[in-house]
Amino acid sequence: MTASPAAVDAAGWFAPEQLPMLPQRLVEHLLSLTGAPEVLISIAGIAASAGTVLLVFSSAFALLSLIERKVLARAQNRIGPNRAGWFGLLQPLADGIKMLTKEDVVPDKAEKFLHFLAPVLIVLPAILALGVLPYGRDWTPLPLEAGLLFFFAIGALTELSVFIAGWASGSKFPMLGAMRAISQMVSYELPLILSALGVVMVSGTLSLQEIAAQQSGFHFGFIPAWNLFTPWGLVAGLLFFICSIAEANRSPFDLPEGESEIVAGHMTEYSGFKYALFFMGEYLGLFAIAGLGITLFLGGWQPPVPGLAYVPSWVWFAAKISVVIFLYLWIRASFPRLRIDQLMRFAWLCMIPMALLTLPAAAIWHFTGRGAFSWLVTLPLLLVPWIILGNVFNRRLAPGRRRYRFADG
Amino acid sequence: MISDPPIFNSSPVLEGTDEDQLLRVSLGPQHPSTHGVFRMNVELDGETVVKLKPVFGYLHRNHEKIAETTGYLGSMPYTDRLDYICPLSNNWAYALSVEKLAGIEVPERAQHMRVILAELTRLVNHTAFMGFILADMGAWGSALMYAFREREKILDLFEDLTGARMMANFMRFGGCRNDFPDGWDARLRTLIDHYPHFLDEMEEFLLGNEILLARTRDVGALPKESLINGGVTGPMLRAAGVNHDLRKADPYGIYDRFSFRIPLGEVGDCYDRIMIRFLEMRESLGILKQAAAALPGGDFVNPKIKIRNFKPPVGESYARVEGPKGELGFYLVSDGGPNPYRYRVRPPSFINLTLLEDMCLGLDLADVVIILGSIDIVLGEVDR
Repeated sequence: MTASPAAVDAAGWFAPEQLPMLPQRLVEHLLSLTGAPEVLISIAGIAASAGTVLLVFSSAFALLSLIERKVLARAQNRIGPNRAGWFGLLQPLADGIKMLTKEDVVPDKAEKFLHFLAPVLIVLPAILALGVLPYGRDWTPLPLEAGLLFFFAIGALTELSVFIAGWASGSKFPMLGAMRAISQMVSYELPLILSALGVVMVSGTLSLQEIAAQQSGFHFGFIPAWNLFTPWGLVAGLLFFICSIAEANRSPFDLPEGESEIVAGHMTEYSGFKYALFFMGEYLGLFAIAGLGITLFLGGWQPPVPGLAYVPSWVWFAAKISVVIFLYLWIRASFPRLRIDQLMRFAWLCMIPMALLTLPAAAIWHFTGRGAFSWLVTLPLLLVPWIILGNVFNRRLAPGRRRYRFADG
Repeated sequence: MISDPPIFNSSPVLEGTDEDQLLRVSLGPQHPSTHGVFRMNVELDGETVVKLKPVFGYLHRNHEKIAETTGYLGSMPYTDRLDYICPLSNNWAYALSVEKLAGIEVPERAQHMRVILAELTRLVNHTAFMGFILADMGAWGSALMYAFREREKILDLFEDLTGARMMANFMRFGGCRNDFPDGWDARLRTLIDHYPHFLDEMEEFLLGNEILLARTRDVGALPKESLINGGVTGPMLRAAGVNHDLRKADPYGIYDRFSFRIPLGEVGDCYDRIMIRFLEMRESLGILKQAAAALPGGDFVNPKIKIRNFKPPVGESYARVEGPKGELGFYLVSDGGPNPYRYRVRPPSFINLTLLEDMCLGLDLADVVIILGSIDIVLGEVDR
């Protein structure tokens, strides 16, 4: 829980570590000076806290839309946006103005209300999910005891809004996109949750701030004691990362949008600001899922190297989320898209069995003392199926190179 | 709620599908990956294609009729705009047909120049193809931009030679329009030396990727017989293992002087089509090397040819070249006047496209896009 304003003196509020909490504390303090009732103060404090999250991540969204284009451009041997402002820094602003001033087209055959509802509904769960993440040692905007459960419950709403968008557009490409989205997201939700379950088993809590706090310290003085650096955590972390790409609808799992096939999938019939909202929802969702992955496997706000504890913990969180999101961008620039049947086969025949295997591995890890002996037992348990599954899949998907003959003249 | 697109005929649907449950989608003419303004009316059962009707003609511009009302030389720039990725091959095919009609000799130097330009065009086309097919697969512009970087180097050479990067209008009856400018040969040799590096890089980049392999293997293969019956030519036919390359089968120009091999595939799926094009590019580089080394001096155009008031004798001729996309032929009938009486193009893109439905039936919507990409069409040539 966050410390109450009275417990901390005003000078401590401005300490770097406490900086994200400043707006909430200021609002609460100012209100308490006016003698407002306790309920009102706490509501205002929560609103200020939520406002901070919104402000930070909306600006991060604007920045990411630029960075994504820049990174993609660099990966593709281009320069990227550089006309608006220095290095294109004003590009998000220009995009925002463009989106706002565009005509909002609602197709004749659309279900008007649902067509309007879908883009709103896609932003909502992403923002709510961002609320439960522990961003720093002391700062979780909404410190729930079952934060992980809340995250997944809210995250499932995204599928609904994508389907609403596809159905309500009254058009065929969105329909196909919605079909793809539902099958993909439902299939990848399972391994996503299963791979997070191992963490819950080992840490014995659903509270995200507790999970992050438990990953403190270092093995041998330099390897961070993150869940990723355990045999089951490595596998679960990788699975989680792959699933999160699919959950966030990003390349190579961007089938619901599938530009070269179904134009823009569920977003085909949207224009103007509603279209921008879809993008916002997608990017905020990306932040949320990357933040959750960091909290579960990469030690949350914990520093990655010993002796750097004086750097505010939320800086580490921001640094980690940047690295993870850069990985998403890199993957997007590098891979072609899978086909829907390959995608489903991958989820059900490869991801889910592996995710299920991490559960006994996590249990064995826990009950054998989490030491060298646990490594010895759990590593083969995961590595052998990993290699077998990988080989089977490689042989099915990518058999050896063909030989070509030449007709000499 | 969802109405049907108007153009559908009643070809039989795959067995075991409920016709009332089909989703009718019009892919194109405004669609991100129809390579222009091509349109496919697709009937889907889930995502499985059970019927596909190509619709084209959106880019029709009366090419053949215009050519029949224009002087012989006047049609040369129009041929650039057929397959605008590789105008110099089109130029050559048309020049060849007129030369056959009028019995014109082509000097040695011009012959070598034509071989060099045609093989460079093949490089341009196949390089761009690698980018386009990856874009169809959803790899955004990554492969495309790298392919275009290399293509640009060849286009720079074309620009210095012909004045235009794409619309070359370079071949003349009996030779070429002008000679290689100073230093052009040296730049050509540098390009030939450096191109294999790019090919190695691209091949590794593309073919080491499991997703690409999974998407292209065993997709869109047809038996040899149906390809031959459908009149398919070019890399698509050779990917299925049919040894038919006009440079060997019906040598034109001076191709019989160079040693090169014809790569042949086995299965004929999209993967083979990509691989065959890679191998063809390597053979093209070999031809380029030989032609650049053997380039003689002399005239770049037959000096006896009168360009003004050019009237070939009465008769007809059909000449064909192995264009990058397949057999490109021009059929001309002359009545002795200044315009051809009949002018007909045999466009490889159009004829290769006719088997699209057979290749796509029973596959996913996503495969259709890749198969269309692997046929390698240019709408300028399909619609004319």
